[in-house]
Amino acid sequence: MTTTRRPWRRDWQLYSLAVLPLLFFLVFRYAPMLGNVIAFRRFRPGGSVFGEYWVGLRYVTMFLADPGFWQVFTNTLIIGALTLVICFPLPIVLALLLNEVRIRSLKRFVQSVSYLPHFLSVVIVAGMIGQLLSVDGVVNALAGTEIPFLQRPEWFRTIYVSSEVWQTVGWGTILYLAALTTLDEELYDAAKIDGAGRWRQTWHVTLPGIRPTMVTLLILNIGTFMAVGFEKVLLLYNPLTYPTADVIPTYLYRLGVVSGNFSYGAAIGLFEALIGLILVFSANAISRRTVGTSLW
Amino acid sequence: MVSRRIFHVVNGVILTAVVVVTLYPFLNIVARSFSTEEEILAGRVNIVPRGFDLTTYRLVMSDDLFWTNYRNTVVYTVTATIISIVLTTCYAYVLSKKHLRGRGLLIGIAVFTMFFSGGLIPNYVLVSGLGLRNTIWAVVLPNAINVFNLLVMKAFFESLPAELEEQAAVDGLGTYGTLLRIVLPLSKAVVATMVLFYAVAYWNSWFTAFLYLDRAELFPVTVYLRNLIAGATDATSTGSADTDVAQVAANIKAVTMVLTVVPILTVYPFVQRYFVSGVMLGAVKG
Repeated sequence: MTTTRRPWRRDWQLYSLAVLPLLFFLVFRYAPMLGNVIAFRRFRPGGSVFGEYWVGLRYVTMFLADPGFWQVFTNTLIIGALTLVICFPLPIVLALLLNEVRIRSLKRFVQSVSYLPHFLSVVIVAGMIGQLLSVDGVVNALAGTEIPFLQRPEWFRTIYVSSEVWQTVGWGTILYLAALTTLDEELYDAAKIDGAGRWRQTWHVTLPGIRPTMVTLLILNIGTFMAVGFEKVLLLYNPLTYPTADVIPTYLYRLGVVSGNFSYGAAIGLFEALIGLILVFSANAISRRTVGTSLW
Repeated sequence: MVSRRIFHVVNGVILTAVVVVTLYPFLNIVARSFSTEEEILAGRVNIVPRGFDLTTYRLVMSDDLFWTNYRNTVVYTVTATIISIVLTTCYAYVLSKKHLRGRGLLIGIAVFTMFFSGGLIPNYVLVSGLGLRNTIWAVVLPNAINVFNLLVMKAFFESLPAELEEQAAVDGLGTYGTLLRIVLPLSKAVVATMVLFYAVAYWNSWFTAFLYLDRAELFPVTVYLRNLIAGATDATSTGSADTDVAQVAANIKAVTMVLTVVPILTVYPFVQRYFVSGVMLGAVKG
């Protein structure tokens, strides 16, 4: 009895500090998780947030049979994969290049500039893309063309991924640069004695040295694979580009919020969140087995 | 050694290209914002303004809705940041106490939300159900605690020497007193970093407001800008009777973007290192 009471008497002030944050998590994080039950229930706008009565897997079978869903599912996979394949390695390359710069002020200047896009609102980014790619924009002027890029489905993925590169590559170098400063000089000296040139030193000393950072960031990237840059797609796409641009989050936004099919939207959202969860757990498990690094 | 020289030259060229490509869109927007409409439509504006013209700046700055929305952004950012800092600090301090019973559970409650979230629709249904639509609370409450920031603060509190707080206990300070008078004064740097993280995120955010606010006078400036780009807001609507008003419509976008981004660009050089240190701190115990 005393063992359970004493910590409470000593720490009640600490627990009291946790009350408001816990309330936040309960209301704005865990209640919506439970709110996903409307994926299996009839939902009436203005009625209970948890729906009216059970309808089983009706909405799940509905979206599984919806060709529109499979179209956006494929789009999501393609955009997610392209983003991962291109945006994951580039910060490593940039960090390695920056690491070779011997003039400190120059290095710092390049770093400061390359971090800048990270601090912009996605609305500004989308606006800039619109201006650069408009018919009267710079890209058309340089290419001598008059292509309305943002109206062309075949250009959307290129635009999305290259703007993603612009936004994320600089900021992505921070952790790699930090990891690079911790590498042991002696390993490089040993490699030199063995006759290794710069390339082989990079391959055999530098890259293995930053491998834990690489694996951690890769797992995190895989975890957000399905989320795509929802807000950016929403700002950049239009009905003309839906065939390539529409992704699961934008699809369920239009179906759920705009058209009011809440249960249907929730079913798709739940499916997406579960895939995300499975992806991050599998990536973590695989990396723990194969390279011995993991998030938990 | 010759190959080293070549490498450094190539490296210099690549990094210069990175700088140019990064800065180019900014310069282009600024140039467009100062140019006349004809020059823009003719595709002649690159990074130097053509036909230098301030009409558009005057026009945008005379739009009452723009300033109302700009003020909303300030109010939302300040309010939301205060709420976020208070909640994050309290919870991070609790989580940093290793002896606390149930600490693992309290950490798990927070961390689990990083990997699984309720999703858009249930959140939307909930916030609407709570009657928060068209109130400031819909903007400032739903994302009050960022778990990454929480873990950064927790890691910092854990790094403080335990003797300090033991001494505080001897001096008769309770938990609240220790936090306010001993711990927080030592944590100014990390609190400042957190304030910046939250403030920039709120300043830049638009979707929460877009989702939950229907009335134009409640919008933050990001939604104003979004509507402008999507063609749903018309800065000319508030109408100065100027004759060349109709002509300026296209570079209004550029001007509004410049005016929205100026505060960020102004403080950026001074605060950048805090962000970097914040990211590092988070990485140590991520």
